[in-house]
Amino acid sequence: MRAMVIDDSRAMRMILKRIVTKLNFEAVEAGDGKEALDLLTEMAEVPELALIDWNMPNMNGLEFVSHVRADPRLREMTLVMVTTESEQSQIVRALAAGAHEYVIKPFTEGAMIEKLALLGLVPTGANS
Amino acid sequence: MSLTQAEFSFVSTLVRREASIVLAPGKEYLVEARLIPVARAVGAANVNEFLADLQRKPNPANQRKIIDALTTNETSWFRDREPFAALTDVVIPELVKSRSAARKVRIWSAASSSGQEAYSLAMTLQENLPPGWSYEIMGTDISTEMVKRAETAEYSQVEVNRGLPASQLVQYFERAGAHWRVTQALRRNVSFRLLNLTTPLPAMQPFDVIFLRNVLIYFDVATKRTVLQNAAKLLKPDGWLFLGAAETTIGIDDNYERVAAGRTSAYRVRNGVAAGAPRRG
Repeated sequence: MRAMVIDDSRAMRMILKRIVTKLNFEAVEAGDGKEALDLLTEMAEVPELALIDWNMPNMNGLEFVSHVRADPRLREMTLVMVTTESEQSQIVRALAAGAHEYVIKPFTEGAMIEKLALLGLVPTGANS
Repeated sequence: MSLTQAEFSFVSTLVRREASIVLAPGKEYLVEARLIPVARAVGAANVNEFLADLQRKPNPANQRKIIDALTTNETSWFRDREPFAALTDVVIPELVKSRSAARKVRIWSAASSSGQEAYSLAMTLQENLPPGWSYEIMGTDISTEMVKRAETAEYSQVEVNRGLPASQLVQYFERAGAHWRVTQALRRNVSFRLLNLTTPLPAMQPFDVIFLRNVLIYFDVATKRTVLQNAAKLLKPDGWLFLGAAETTIGIDDNYERVAAGRTSAYRVRNGVAAGAPRRG
């Protein structure tokens, strides 16, 4: 399985990459939404999962989610926002745009794995 | 400075006497880690000094703080998921048939800690009971601090990340400064009280479902039996008991029988007879 990690912070990409790699995902990185879409166009197989920051240059996470949801080729992707944006209205917007889950930074590795477990992407108890 | 054998023995005797919890040798590090903030809060230089003072001059309030510190555990929303799925798929549909006259469901979260299990149960009932039904969730815990915390229903950003789907976060919570608070609509169905599961329990209306999860693991066999017998007295004859994944009644209290509940197991009183009573034929 493949996971795309989309964040303009290299440090955050490293953290997320470490978590998904632990869960046997092959990680692909992108520094913003535009770069992620470009990569997706080139990829023969669509990743099962994308972890997406909200505030990024060129194309933000919410715009990325909207683009993915509008593209039938990408409809199987599970989209998780991972962001410091923590207003209730923002979570509602992200879910309405098509994000499946929302993780607020800061988060623990266990919390991230629990969220992915909710989406059926981790066997139960993988974080215990 | 780490705990001496005598200090560990003092703490384990206290916790055993007051909360029936067995602290096996090897837990010295855990005990010390949990007591460091307690010692600091009372102005002691370290845990050793805190315990030395307490041994010289018993202080019920500080003893209580030790019990609280050693009996509280981090918890997450919809912990282990399967019992909540079983509630949705198996138990609630059955209760909707069997309780159609009263149209009310009562659930006991028997070691409610900071309240996540009780509120997760409330969300599950809120979403799965038919219109016109009501429900009550009672959470109990041995820690006064945890009961207070559960009643406030406020959780940090980190805590709401733990196993809580975003859709339920926005539906059942509201922002309270940097924290999130469970909405009044959910809170009004949930109450909390202080309760020691190992002592005779106060009279309460019996429950349709009891969640007694990850509690028995702390007790010896005799105490486990007492807790299970106490629980049976508060479980309706056709009620359901859910234990933690590593816990069972088997070999402890034969008045319960294990039954399948979705992809997990639950326990029901055999032949509808209260546990602790003589078994039929």
